[in-house]
Parts: sequence; structure tokens; C-alpha cells
Amino acid sequence: MRFFEDIVIGDQREIGSYTFTAPDIKTFAARFDPQPFHLDEEAAARSHFGRLAASGWHTAAVHMRLLVLHNRHLDAEMTTRGEKSAHIGPSPGFKNLKWIKPVYVGDTITYGGEIIDKRESGSRPGWGIIRGRNYGTNQNGELVFEFESAAFVEMRGK
Amino acid sequence: MRYFEDFAEGHTETHGPKTVTREEIIAFASEYDPQPMHLDEDAARLTMLGGLSASGWHTCVIMMRLLADGMLANSSSMGSPGIEEMRWLKPVRPGDAISVRITVLDKRESKSRPEMGLARLQIEVLNQHGEKVAHEVHTHMFGRRSA
Repeated sequence: MRFFEDIVIGDQREIGSYTFTAPDIKTFAARFDPQPFHLDEEAAARSHFGRLAASGWHTAAVHMRLLVLHNRHLDAEMTTRGEKSAHIGPSPGFKNLKWIKPVYVGDTITYGGEIIDKRESGSRPGWGIIRGRNYGTNQNGELVFEFESAAFVEMRGK
Repeated sequence: MRYFEDFAEGHTETHGPKTVTREEIIAFASEYDPQPMHLDEDAARLTMLGGLSASGWHTCVIMMRLLADGMLANSSSMGSPGIEEMRWLKPVRPGDAISVRITVLDKRESKSRPEMGLARLQIEVLNQHGEKVAHEVHTHMFGRRSA
């Protein structure tokens, strides 16, 4: 992760893609979101989804996985260049998460994000808070998922 | 079977608790949020959270499971278009027993889809000490009895 001071509002990036399979959708739903339209093809066909659709939390969890892996990759590149990377702290939460379109079996979602705000933390000296708009688009270029995130990032001057 | 009509404004119900184990925290994090504060006790001690704690997204799906089993299982739930806000207020630690207190804030019939109504739900996620570890508000779609 870059230090707070080096993060620029408007910075954009793509963090990776993921293809949702039927077994994967059902396994996640059985553990965390056991509603019929996420668990069973026939029940999904009778529902407003029309066919098996991933839990929205599954779409969100995959975003987090790809974000962490992307940041780890960037940290490794910084280390190779002899640069120090910043620690990232916990997040106070998120806002305006929208499941805009269903994610169906076989859909490939490409995730990305943009920095929309940054400020120094009032409560934690040496840390800043960055805000981002994160999104996922399907293989047809349709926006299926977005939310506004926040996270603590270490300041260089700490 | 509970339909849109059966969830009155101001109605509250509580579900749980579900005890969260160290193994579950590490398993979720390994798959979906592989950061040191969610994976390893020694590494976690050095972070702002001061010890091993569940991924915030893990807290979300623990909440979801309690909502699904407690409120949605025998209902006309049609899912949700999204989450207004999710605040992660306190870490969820291994051994914590998590409950949800669900309140119907307000509700309205859908204009575009007469078979459906929208209920705005507030979910307070509580630990075994009665402390609020997370606060969530979302709109939930329910089928109408008449549909």
C-alpha cells in the first residue's frame, strides 16, 4: 500500500476478475446466505431471479479477496524497488452498497475502484482515512455491484 | 409464511446467538480477507485491532446467516437491492456469541412491481456483553400476500 500522502483523489485501478461457478455459489450460500434462489436451480427458476444467482455477500467477499491480493502484489513490487510500503488499518464500515444486477452462474466479474476522498484521522495520529468507490462489472460491461469504502492508511510522517 | 404485510413498522425481533470460533475466523479470512489481523494471533497483536478478530465481511455474513435463519427462512423474501450503511464498531473475537436485533424502520409498496413491498431493516449486531459490534441498515424486498 502507498502511504496516505502518496494517494491521490481520482486514482483508479482494476484489481482482478472472478468467474462464479454453480458449486461455488451454492457452497457460499449454504454457509452464509441459505435462501432458495442462491441454493437450488429449480427454486431459482421459480423466483424473480429466473436462474441461480450468487448471494450479494458472495460478490462482495470476492471483491475483498481480490483487493487484498492486489495490494499484496503492489507491496511486493514496492519492496523490489527498495520502497517501504504503508500499513493499512481496519475499516470503520461502508455505505451505499448496491447489488445492481444479479450475478449468475458463469458470469465473470471484473472489480475495480477509485479514490474519492482522503483526510487525516482526528482520533488516530499518524493515520489517514481514505474513501473509495468500488465496483464490479460483468462480461457484458454491465455494472452489477458498487459500494463506498473507507479504510485507515498509515502516514509517511508517522 | 410471513409476507410484506406481516412486518409492521417498529417491529423488532432478535435472533442468535451464534458463537464464532477461531477456526471459522481464520477459514473465512483465508478465503476472502487474508490480512494478518484476521489470520494470525501474533501478527494481529501488532495491528490497530490488538488481537485476532473476524473480517468485517465475515461479520456481515454472520449477520446474514442469522437474518436468513431467523427472519427470512419462512418468509416471502426476494433479497435486497443493497445496503445503506454498515458500521463496524468493535472487533469480533474468537469465542464471541453474536446475536442480531432486527427492527423494521419503515416500509412501502413497490410502485413498479405490485407483487413486491420494500421494508427498511435496521440490524444491530451484538456480542455476549450486549455491546454493539456492528450497525446495519438495508432495504429488504418481500413478496406481498395478495400477489
